[in-house]
Amino acid sequence: MSEKHNFGIKPVTCHAVSGDKNGMALSLNDHEVKIYKKSGGKWQETETLDEHGQRVSGIDWAPKSNRIVTCGADRNAYVWTLQDGKWKPHLVILRINRAATCVQWSPQENKFAVGSSARLISVSYYEDEHNWWVSKHIKKPIRSTVTCLDWHPNNVLIAAGSTDFKARVFSGYIKEIESKPSSNSWGTKMTFATLMAEFSNGGGGWVHSVSFSPSGEKIAWVGHDSSVSVADSAQGNRLVVVKDSFLPFMGITWVTENSMVAAGYDCNPMLFTYNSGQGSLALVSKLDIPQEKAAGTISAMNRFKDLDKKASSGDTSAELKTQHQNTITQVSVFEGSKDKCKRIATAGVDGNIILWDLGSLERSIQALKIS
Amino acid sequence: MAATLKPYLNCVKETLTAAMCVQNFDSQVVERHNKPEVEVKSSKELLLTPVVISRNEKEKVLIESSVNSIRISIAVKQADEIEKILCHKFMRFMMQRAENFVVLRRKPVEGYDISFLVTNVHAEQMFKHKLVDFIIHFMEEIDKEINEMKLAVNSRARISAEEFLKNF
Repeated sequence: MSEKHNFGIKPVTCHAVSGDKNGMALSLNDHEVKIYKKSGGKWQETETLDEHGQRVSGIDWAPKSNRIVTCGADRNAYVWTLQDGKWKPHLVILRINRAATCVQWSPQENKFAVGSSARLISVSYYEDEHNWWVSKHIKKPIRSTVTCLDWHPNNVLIAAGSTDFKARVFSGYIKEIESKPSSNSWGTKMTFATLMAEFSNGGGGWVHSVSFSPSGEKIAWVGHDSSVSVADSAQGNRLVVVKDSFLPFMGITWVTENSMVAAGYDCNPMLFTYNSGQGSLALVSKLDIPQEKAAGTISAMNRFKDLDKKASSGDTSAELKTQHQNTITQVSVFEGSKDKCKRIATAGVDGNIILWDLGSLERSIQALKIS
Repeated sequence: MAATLKPYLNCVKETLTAAMCVQNFDSQVVERHNKPEVEVKSSKELLLTPVVISRNEKEKVLIESSVNSIRISIAVKQADEIEKILCHKFMRFMMQRAENFVVLRRKPVEGYDISFLVTNVHAEQMFKHKLVDFIIHFMEEIDKEINEMKLAVNSRARISAEEFLKNF
């Protein structure tokens, strides 16, 4: 059902998994990126990438070309390539003057996008002629920090969420390195930095995470107003919002064409399903169902021991019922792809990464039907 | 009296749980800075609406939150002069030792007796639910402590007055 992997007591701020699922890159809330290799069901640390001057804020591992891109609060990004068993950095000039917040490779891995606190998105591509990475900026109409990014499967469009309460879709088409994109459900004219769509769910919460559906027709995002929103471009940009009594979510990803998993301050991943026919979005089930502990009564001796040691009578439990003991910062697809996800990974402030097997969860939780 | 304390604390607890959703957030105004937004107030969109929870006109809690920090200010019950003095002295004592309390602010927000500043660093180092419990526990204890001190001061005054008057 789920495997828990602990990486110490410091928060796992960002993580990425290699294409063969045997490597993991993560940052424990500092300037280092640690590379882990899987051996015998355990993650073994193999290398530390120590180039950033401040906290690393985003990592992405390109599955096909096996390159890692990292970005940090020191305003830099590095592309790491594996040469003779060692990861070698290549500095990317992002031309931003504030911290970088998030980074993602495009699906074809020939460019990547970096969001930043400088209220812009920097799209970088490799120029063979000069032997370096060149950046282009998307500025308008972003009015606050860009917190999250996601690429459309066609390698052109970028979805971005920002702390100005809006989720937007931009064109990241770079005419120097790729052929003209064909029109799709988001629009036809796709010159660089064109705003294809802009959504506000009316509530006014900072957008924490955004995700394109596997087909690229829908985007889903989560905000600080505890909402999950889906915009469907195939239905004329129809917007569906769901709000409930949960705390805000920090991450969301699609796991099939109609279902997505969101997780955040509740420390519990939840599955949502979107029905495009009815235009409805609903919570299906929580994925972390706690096992009921048999011990209902505590002995008198333990009770007084607790009173003496902890100054509590024992009924206030020290632990949360969920597997993650603190906020979940990121949700990612671990095995499979967005249209047929087998396992997802959630990373938390408690220093754990938990892998959730969706197939066995579906079998064990009665209410859970992943469509 | 005690009947209203429980719902008051419950309400503060629920509000704190919802408000204490903070993340690491680098300044978008000053390069390479990372400051609690609730203190610097550099961008309007990063602040949330402040909430006041009051039990009566003297006892209240102000919760101001932002993207990476929240500030909790507490006004403690002060029924008479002696409670006022005791409260003032007691808060001063604690705020001079603010670094030992980690989340305590050195100066209270105007109109309140004591303030806490919880940033994303605290939320990363400590369990969030325990932080909330700490503040609730603090609020429970502070009333008790002041009542006890008041009784102690009164009884001491009585004894010393008796001793003094024995001379006449």
